Amino acid sequence: MNGPVIYLDNNATTRPAPEAVAAMLPYLEERWGNPSSMHEFGGSVMADVEEARAKVAAFIGAQPEEIVFTSCGTESDNAAIFGAAQALGAGATLVTTRVEHPAVLGPLRHLRDNFGFKLVEVGVDGGGNLDLAQFADALAAPGPKAAFVMWANNETGVIFDIPEIARMCRATGTFLHTDAVQAAGKIPIDVSAVPVDTLAFAGHKIHAPKGIGVLYVRRGTRLGRFMIGGHQESGRRGGTENVPYIAALAKACDLAAEHLAASAEVGRLRDKLENGLIATCPDASVNGDRSRRVPNTSNVSFSYIEGEAMLYHLSEYGICASSGSACSSDSLEASHVIRAMGVPFTAAHGSLRFSLSRYTTEAEIDRVLEVMPGIVATLRRISPFVPNA
Amino acid sequence: MWNYTEKTLDHFRNPRNVGKIDNPDGVGTVGSLACGDSLTLAFKLGADGRIEDVKFQTFGCASAIASSSALTELVKGKTLEEAEKITNKDIADYLGGLPAQKMHCSVMGREALEAAIRNYRTGETVVRDLKEEKIVCKCFNVSEEEIERVATENNLTTLREVMFYCKAGGACGKCRGEIQAILDRIAKERGGAAQ
Repeated sequence: MNGPVIYLDNNATTRPAPEAVAAMLPYLEERWGNPSSMHEFGGSVMADVEEARAKVAAFIGAQPEEIVFTSCGTESDNAAIFGAAQALGAGATLVTTRVEHPAVLGPLRHLRDNFGFKLVEVGVDGGGNLDLAQFADALAAPGPKAAFVMWANNETGVIFDIPEIARMCRATGTFLHTDAVQAAGKIPIDVSAVPVDTLAFAGHKIHAPKGIGVLYVRRGTRLGRFMIGGHQESGRRGGTENVPYIAALAKACDLAAEHLAASAEVGRLRDKLENGLIATCPDASVNGDRSRRVPNTSNVSFSYIEGEAMLYHLSEYGICASSGSACSSDSLEASHVIRAMGVPFTAAHGSLRFSLSRYTTEAEIDRVLEVMPGIVATLRRISPFVPNA
Repeated sequence: MWNYTEKTLDHFRNPRNVGKIDNPDGVGTVGSLACGDSLTLAFKLGADGRIEDVKFQTFGCASAIASSSALTELVKGKTLEEAEKITNKDIADYLGGLPAQKMHCSVMGREALEAAIRNYRTGETVVRDLKEEKIVCKCFNVSEEEIERVATENNLTTLREVMFYCKAGGACGKCRGEIQAILDRIAKERGGAAQ
């Protein structure tokens, strides 16, 4: 690898904002006491935790007491899913989509396979848009129901219409959890206007460090417990508060709210990258409805070549992206999201995801556009599938 | 990031013997776009009966490309009798080893070589007539015979290993019981041979 890193994998994780790192250091170096302590040294930290909670709540239009700090997005999703399942009881119908993150699909299938829950997985169209008619049918099932629908897709950036989905769930008495891990910080989220019951997001996707997540629980929501221990987080989640990371998250939320106004610039760079790739690389196509996406994400398929091979070439230029190909994970199949969208085999294994952040520069995008056509041509010279080659 | 050896990365970055051969003596293709990797291998024999020219085209990840390149280097100059003794392990060893999850790339190389040699000898263009074999993994089209062979040659004992070496059982998972039964049978036979 030569030269600086060009980081376009922000849906995987983001650079911790220097301000967020600075915000956590006092709680590692000086004020490291336990906020539950009855002495001044530890106990005084609780006020800082509550101040942070208020900032995080404001970021999504919630009340402070509706915010539960967790360790990550996966924990938040698991807590909502197992909590809802306990509240509803076995035999209840769980409704989700075929393109959810494994942190949602995994626990839901576990409940179906081992604990007697019904599970309906609603499909998407070629653009990754949810089949709302099929979703409505699923909500028409008799008995207790809960729905788990992501706000924005991690692979394609496609946004689901959560305000409309929340309205449909309310109308049918269905509990609704939304995984907003890829929406937070990219589009405005306001739970005071959108009646979701629970919502998950993660610090490290919005420039806080890894190791901190949020579960929003609307006041009055019946939710069984998941992480059982002490009385922390109003009894909703045991475990000593991760004070440094909570402080960093609060700072990251403040910064993310400020930068939401500038998301059009991120979108402009994303579109420049995407349009440039399609113009310079033959047989390249965008996966996902371009008109309904978060502004930072681009998923592009390059036909007849494979994603992992492209990532290794990009890595030599210091360019970081990701792929939905089978070979770039432990799995042997192309991404479930790409397959659910019906992307043809010629393109399914050749998908690359570029995800930008507010730190992405025009020069970085130009560099990707400079090297990508050569990488595609190199791999196509080796491929047996290029027509008329 | 996979733990590829420098030699694997070198063969990925600078693959040897890429391309097609006009009027090859033997040509074999294994894998498919649907499976996520595919390799076409073609060779031409010299007057001495040795492989004089060999070329490949591969759709696949870095280790699939490196394994294909390594295979061409291994077979060059060999007689067909020598070449058909090459195992998937020889290909992996040539590269200094492959991550366990990537061993199926080396198996794909061995299968393509077999297909090309069979094509030379019989004119047939498939590695085997799969219709005559019992397909165990329908997602990746892997037969009982192939699973048995890969498991025996590489001393595989777990479902996960079988998945890494020939992909069988790696998608819908419905055939995993059947694969386990094959592994149990091989273990029993091994045990029997040891006594």
